[in-house]
Amino acid sequence: MSAWETVVGLEVHVELSTATKMWCGCPTTFGDAPNTNVCPVCSGQPGALPVPNARAVHDATLLGLALGGTIAPRCRFHRKNYFYPDLAKNYQISQYDVPLVSDGVLEVEVERDGELVLETVRIERLHMEEDTGKSLHLGATGRLHGADRSAIDYNRSGVPLLEIVSRPDVRDPETAQAYLRELQAIVRTLGVSDARMEEGSIRCDANVSVRRPGEPLGTRCEIKNLNSVRSLGRAIAHEAARQIAVLEDGGSIVMETRHWDEDAGVTRTLRRKETVTDYRYFPDPDLVEVTTSPRRVAEVRAELPELPAAARARLVAAGVPRAQAATVLGGGMLALLDAAVAAGAPAPAAANWLAGEVTGWLAAEGVALADAGLTGTHVAELVAMVEEGAVSATQAKQVLAGVLEDRGAAGPRAVAEARGLSQLRDEGELARVVAEVVAANPDAVAAVRDGNDRAIGALVGQVMRATGGSADPRRTNELLRAAIGS
Amino acid sequence: MSADPALTRLGAAALGAAVGAGEVTAREVLEAHLDAIAARDGVVADGDVWHARDAADLGPDDLHAFLVVTAARARDAADAVDRRRAAGEALGPLAGVPLALKDVLTMRGAPTTCGSRMLEGWVPPYDATVTERLAAAGIVVLGKTNMDEFAMGSSTENSAYGPTRNPWDPDRVPGGSSGGSAAAVAGCLAPLGVGTDTGGSIRQPAAFTGLVGGKPTYGAVSRYGLVAFASSLDQAGPFARDVTDAALLHAVMAGPDPRDATSDPTDPADVVAALGRGVEGLRVGVVEELEEAGCEPGVRAVFLAAVAALEAAGATVERVSLPHAGYGLPAYYLVAPAEASSNLARFDGVRYGRRVDAATAEAMNAATRGEGFGPEVRRRIMIGTHALSSGYVDAYYLQAARVRTLIARDFATAFDRVDVLISPTAPGVAFRIGAVADPLAMYRNDVATVPASLAGVPAVSVPIGTADDGAGSGPLPVGLQIMAPLRADDRCYRVARAVEAVVGFDPDPAAHGAGVRR
Repeated sequence: MSAWETVVGLEVHVELSTATKMWCGCPTTFGDAPNTNVCPVCSGQPGALPVPNARAVHDATLLGLALGGTIAPRCRFHRKNYFYPDLAKNYQISQYDVPLVSDGVLEVEVERDGELVLETVRIERLHMEEDTGKSLHLGATGRLHGADRSAIDYNRSGVPLLEIVSRPDVRDPETAQAYLRELQAIVRTLGVSDARMEEGSIRCDANVSVRRPGEPLGTRCEIKNLNSVRSLGRAIAHEAARQIAVLEDGGSIVMETRHWDEDAGVTRTLRRKETVTDYRYFPDPDLVEVTTSPRRVAEVRAELPELPAAARARLVAAGVPRAQAATVLGGGMLALLDAAVAAGAPAPAAANWLAGEVTGWLAAEGVALADAGLTGTHVAELVAMVEEGAVSATQAKQVLAGVLEDRGAAGPRAVAEARGLSQLRDEGELARVVAEVVAANPDAVAAVRDGNDRAIGALVGQVMRATGGSADPRRTNELLRAAIGS
Repeated sequence: MSADPALTRLGAAALGAAVGAGEVTAREVLEAHLDAIAARDGVVADGDVWHARDAADLGPDDLHAFLVVTAARARDAADAVDRRRAAGEALGPLAGVPLALKDVLTMRGAPTTCGSRMLEGWVPPYDATVTERLAAAGIVVLGKTNMDEFAMGSSTENSAYGPTRNPWDPDRVPGGSSGGSAAAVAGCLAPLGVGTDTGGSIRQPAAFTGLVGGKPTYGAVSRYGLVAFASSLDQAGPFARDVTDAALLHAVMAGPDPRDATSDPTDPADVVAALGRGVEGLRVGVVEELEEAGCEPGVRAVFLAAVAALEAAGATVERVSLPHAGYGLPAYYLVAPAEASSNLARFDGVRYGRRVDAATAEAMNAATRGEGFGPEVRRRIMIGTHALSSGYVDAYYLQAARVRTLIARDFATAFDRVDVLISPTAPGVAFRIGAVADPLAMYRNDVATVPASLAGVPAVSVPIGTADDGAGSGPLPVGLQIMAPLRADDRCYRVARAVEAVVGFDPDPAAHGAGVRR
């Protein structure tokens, strides 16, 4: 019997980072005190009316075009009716029969057997809607079950939301992860959302089914509570394995919504979908059609910046390794890299710093790139200092850390000077240290002589330590080999 | 403060002119009307805010037009007008004129109930655009008036706070759903009233109480702050005892509003300037389908006399068909409840108004709605929910929406031939409180008014005389409905003014030997 094939469709929600909400003038700030960013409209007061946020429509159009989609000349908003306390009007304004954007496509790079391959995921639709409030369950557990009482924060109510629905084109967890990362990179490049999964400004649900290749689609389960790109991959892998086990056991899959339990690493039934919820969609009579003329489409299209795929191709062509290009783009560092190149740095060297040391430092210190104060000139200067031998590689890392610690207040050269970091250039001094190290490590020296090339590394390390990192590793290596006579 | 009761007999234009000329203060005008309300409406006239008595404690002749009278706030508003005049500021034509506001429009700080127990205790945190525009014109809001619960009804009997009585006969309904505002103006408790009209809720009460009442073109008056019944149909509009007053109030209310996406962004028609133009050479179409429509003989006779008078005044009269008008009522009673079922979903006990506590949110929701809504509201929510349900939406809601399109086309076609369309406003005169128990019989009151609502076109009801119901009612008012093309509200008022001039109707029930129980 042939193997199983996993089939995944993804539903991604992106919160737009417009200054104001979808239907009113309230701010969209994340993390403010509960119910401080509310008004009659977004708290669903009787008589209040929604007015569309033109910026949100623009941003949705921009993203639609970035995804290669078709913009509907006319579309409207529908009401999706269901009762839930965090839904201020007990209906969500969404789109139904005609979404703003249809038929897009996203090409993603997936690593398979060490090779990067391109996978195409078609996008069925992108539509505009509004976010809900948040229920807070007050009690010991913080969950609904066992709570003493519940409260609702409507700060998020009415924040513009885009729903992006893919076709079931994804066949493995890696492609799903790449799709989500690529979407994140695109919305960040466009500046329409900060797309932070941990803050919920980008959220992803996965529809997972399995089948024998060539057979019709199997019964799908919708997986919710995917809080990171990593959980998306884990959950798909687990869910596919679960379904295969059920089917191979002679069982059948029930269409349902399942909750991903990150700690336990399993999905659990959340609710069955035997009875399809009837949302009683109908056109929202409080709103009029959204019209987008071909001229408007052209205007918005003209605003499109270089998209991640194009930028990636450009970087690779400039000699940047693919993995580093991906890190630079994913970290929102393309502009910084371009600035560094403009300031004279070769792209591969600059990318190496950004994807390596800079990314590592930001992650370790929990500092956002925007707050680090790092400029393209800084990066270019650092690259030049290493190139000209002013500092050793080890020292250069210390210099970079210094620049970042001061949030860019001083450039690399100033930091190097202030901290007394410069490469050891006295050949006699270096030769003396090398001789000491050779004398003190007869075993390693013997190993090198026996052809163990790796042993030389340990000796270089000793020299570096003895010189406080100021020796040039390449020259040290040369001197060591000369001293050992290998 | 001394108040001259004769001030309550004056119309809005006359009062506004007198205040503007310094012949009387806005405060004196207000006090005369507050006195009339205290004497006749059944409110506890005490303190800053006067509340209506419980239905069981009302006297047999108490009109019960007001649910709440915002006395202190009205006095502040009147005094502000007087101060502005004293400072030499130019005042608008309605500055210092009192007004009765239907309790479906929000006014910051004043309770808004929509005639429902559901909203008991809710004090809106914002002003409706209409309320803002009234204040900007110097109009003095007396208080909030009684209505059918959430504007669902044609008699004001569906108010959770008890029915309003008709000043023409206290045993009869004033029509609805804007019956409180209509009774206030007809009973001279206010010279002006604001109502809302979804399927006839201004026009039918205007007809039942001998008033002029107008439903503007959909989109002419902002719906911001109008608690929605059916969003695609709701429009606020004026009540007055003559056409000029109604037109002046319409002019204050109409205009673009960026807070309402369905608001017409263009400048509204100038309804006041058109008033004196007469009907010479105007083509008037009598709608065949609405002329017959189950009219009482008395109503029909008065209507035909008015048509003849219009012809005598120089209009060309012909019969015109709106072929799909007969489907108006069923289409309306699907579209409106469908929208209402969604609009009223927000009343769930979570954020405002009544809450019946229960163990879970879902149970609280169900208990609150079960207790807070009256029977007619529950009926329409169920009809509307069903009409939108999967498997039925095509046959009901979408089919009704298609009928609506056909009716709008009927109007467009008819307006190629004639300038305005006319019909009786309601098939009968005001009926006795409690006499129409069957909901479907009640819905038939709206047969002539719903087509204009569905098409969005403007319509004005103007009184044309009195008729007996054939069962000894004595003289009760009859209204004529004038419908015009979209945005041609001026044409409605122009024809209404001409009808008024040739008919010479006196809005005082006493002048007709009415105003008493029969």
